[in-house]
Amino acid sequence: MRLGRFLLPLYGVLALIYLLVPIVYTVAFSFNDSRRTNIIWNGFTFDKWLNVCDAQGVCLAFANSIFIATVSTVVATVLGTAIAIALVRYKFKGRAATTLLLFLPMATPEVVLGAGLAAQFLNAGVPKGMLTVILAHIMFCISFVVVTVRARVAGLDPKLEEAGRDLYANPTGVWWKITFPLLLPGIMAAALLAFALSFDDFIITNFNSGVVETLPTFIYTAASRGIPAEANVLASAVFILAIAAVIITQVGGAIRRKRLGIKP
Amino acid sequence: MATHDASVFATGGADLELVNISKVYPGFTAVDNISLTVPAGSFFALLGPSGCGKTTTLRLISGLEAPTTGKILLGGEDVTNTKPHQRTVNTVFQSYALFPHMTILDNVSFGLKQRKFANATELAHEALRLVELDHLASRKPSQLSGGQQQRVALARAVVNRPALLLLDEPLGALDLKLRRQMQIELKAIQSEVGLTFLHVTHDQEEAMTMADTVAVMNKGKIEQMGAPAELYELPKTRFVATFLGQSNLFDGTVSSSTASTVSVKVGALSLDVPAARSAVKSGEITVGVRPEKIAITRKKPAASSTRTLIGPGVVVDTSFTGVSTQYLVDVPGLSQLTVFEQNDGDIVKAGTEVWLSWETEFSFGIPFEEHSFVDSDTNTTTLAAQAK
Amino acid sequence: MAIGAFSHGPSGTAAPAASQKKSRVAWLLLLPGIFYLLLFFITPLFSLILTSFKTAPPAAFPGEYVYAFRWENYVEVLGMYGEHSLRSFMYAGIATLIALAIGYPLAYFIGVRLRAYPLLQSLALVLVIAPFFISFLLRTVAWKQLLADEGLIVGTMKAFAILPPDAHITGTSISVIFGLAYNFIPFMTLPLYTSIERLDLRLLEASNDLYANSFTTFRKVTVPLTLPGIVSGTLLTFIPAAGDYVNASANFLGSTQTAMIGNVIENNFLVTQNYPHAASMSLVLMGAILILVSAYVFRSGTDDLL
Repeated sequence: MRLGRFLLPLYGVLALIYLLVPIVYTVAFSFNDSRRTNIIWNGFTFDKWLNVCDAQGVCLAFANSIFIATVSTVVATVLGTAIAIALVRYKFKGRAATTLLLFLPMATPEVVLGAGLAAQFLNAGVPKGMLTVILAHIMFCISFVVVTVRARVAGLDPKLEEAGRDLYANPTGVWWKITFPLLLPGIMAAALLAFALSFDDFIITNFNSGVVETLPTFIYTAASRGIPAEANVLASAVFILAIAAVIITQVGGAIRRKRLGIKP
Repeated sequence: MATHDASVFATGGADLELVNISKVYPGFTAVDNISLTVPAGSFFALLGPSGCGKTTTLRLISGLEAPTTGKILLGGEDVTNTKPHQRTVNTVFQSYALFPHMTILDNVSFGLKQRKFANATELAHEALRLVELDHLASRKPSQLSGGQQQRVALARAVVNRPALLLLDEPLGALDLKLRRQMQIELKAIQSEVGLTFLHVTHDQEEAMTMADTVAVMNKGKIEQMGAPAELYELPKTRFVATFLGQSNLFDGTVSSSTASTVSVKVGALSLDVPAARSAVKSGEITVGVRPEKIAITRKKPAASSTRTLIGPGVVVDTSFTGVSTQYLVDVPGLSQLTVFEQNDGDIVKAGTEVWLSWETEFSFGIPFEEHSFVDSDTNTTTLAAQAK
Repeated sequence: MAIGAFSHGPSGTAAPAASQKKSRVAWLLLLPGIFYLLLFFITPLFSLILTSFKTAPPAAFPGEYVYAFRWENYVEVLGMYGEHSLRSFMYAGIATLIALAIGYPLAYFIGVRLRAYPLLQSLALVLVIAPFFISFLLRTVAWKQLLADEGLIVGTMKAFAILPPDAHITGTSISVIFGLAYNFIPFMTLPLYTSIERLDLRLLEASNDLYANSFTTFRKVTVPLTLPGIVSGTLLTFIPAAGDYVNASANFLGSTQTAMIGNVIENNFLVTQNYPHAASMSLVLMGAILILVSAYVFRSGTDDLL
């Protein structure tokens, strides 16, 4: 029993370290003074950070990834939020079928989603490119947005909206002053998730991108001849930004609650 | 409070009139043809067990639900088909429903700002001073205690000077001591601002201490309406007799009836009820008497024409509650009786043979009803239909 | 967080009757998204079915196929790639078990032991989702280099004679399974955490009070109460693992000997342009996953999918 007290925390900390090892490795190798490949440690340098676009194609791929993720996130978040509200707040025929339709894309392996879309674009004669990648990304992001926002909608007390109506707010007023601000954290979390999924997606993108390169397809292609350290730089930069944002919201929230003495 | 623009605010509230209101859900009638009038400036309580339709009635009045049939008049004006934000009615919700993302001040000024009051913030501060919470105006609701949140919810509703203020079990979430204190405060605020209050509660003590008029609801209908003392002293139905306090009830048949007295045969006994206090003059009847009206004596008291005497019975249980002692007495041929005796130091032990007597003028007669041990609010079909 | 919601979005039936409104507004909200999914999820599945029966006309260019009903495509792929299919499900199954063995204690540690320290708890959660924010491909490459014959880990193990001097890790089944397990641990841990975080510890105390020892308590109380998390965690790990082709490809942790279904589909679709074979293989994978998932969900009795 005594031993068990320390065993679990030890196991937990080791598991966290295990999760972080390749991240540390990736970030560390963004500072490697590498030549053509980035496998052997040649010494520390800021060069790759300062001249990140030197490696051919990497910055274009990065810009494509950001553009695709932004557009997909906006569209998927709007469509998914509407569905989530309908699912929680309204009674309608075909609820079971709708739920199944939202669940299936998450239960389908990405390679099937990618091949299916590619087959459809092929059969319809749509050339692969930026558009087909965006269309594909919106598709697989919708379900994740619905699931995330839905939890928030379900946690929203309908009495708050009723109180708004009771206090002379018309339907538009209730939506913008009460419902939307209260759902916003859930919508933001969904958007962040959609962005992360889209930005890091490789499998579906690979089937539908044609000649357009995103950061993941760039890395995959480069893997056979050696991935340039510049790819590590871009991935690390995104990672640091994202983690900083998450820490500020997550941990900041915890500190604020602690200071105010509120139970989470 | 002198700064208010009297032309915009409803002054002193308005009469509320419900005319044959019903609310029917598939397979379940929540409100069954209710008609009532709440006069302006009064404190009216709707009392009933959970599931009796009192909260639905409140939601119909606030406009959050539309009645299936019937009309709702506010100050003589038909508001049946208006939306909640168009009605000068405000609600203090059971869970308070304070907007968690706004400060206390923003919560309280919300309604005024929706109605484009230029001095919304000023009025909100004033309302917060009324509930003695102005110093917490910039806090968020989650930083307040339950009692404080309750007062903010009250301020948020009162500040709009509604024609009618609806209170949906507003004290339900508070502990007993705070509840009693808030009951007094609420009553004080009502007389200070002079609004019409419609209060919904399942707590009979709360309804009786606060309201001028109490309407007892059961299964979507109003069983009886009147001043608290009137309801207590002279219940008209079995439900009111048992829900509002306790009653000893005896089922029997009317054996004879005169202008002054109704005589009832209960088993081998004959009990008298003043004719003015009996809702039934012939056939099956239920006779009742409140437990505190009964005197318990070890010796058979001298017969009196104004007193009803039964016995001998045996005390089967004695519970000491402090101010009083509660006895359960078995009387052959009658159901078990409950008796409350003021604590005068003389406690009768269980097993003792006793006589029970009361002034006949305290007896009341109500219509006989088939009754089961299942209470109306635990009726599973009703609950299942409501859950849908 | 987000994925955690996958395990238990409260079911829609809980919504009070008062807030359920007319279905017209509901359809207005639903239709754009539903229409999108019909167009870009359902019709592609039909495209796959059509493509899977296509045949090459005489003297066709590479990648040129016409509509037909060539059901032999299925016979061919099952004959040629049966081994790959078995390998995929075996790899994915083992990787899921490993991820569960690592994820469950981790989630329990964060959800129960760190409950008293909200700050540490949210920090630990951030670390669990941290891998989401850095390229999955780069993390896999990092493992390839760490596990390389002369790399940091294998090299050290050889130096201490834990491994024989001629041992390989990369390119073997072991490294592929290792990579799959690693990549999907966050998907396993988050739904588990959501379940475990809600676990009422007084129930465990009650069980101990009623003469159950720690192991019995875990088996009879903790596991059943966290079952929704276990079900969605294992699904979120198994499904993508079975269809993955990055870990198993020769440029990452695998070799030609470790090719999985995903590699077969990718190769047929994007390299040899044998679309009918790629499509029929995709449908075989999809069918197998659907059968497995529905059997699993049915047996574990979790009917709340979303």
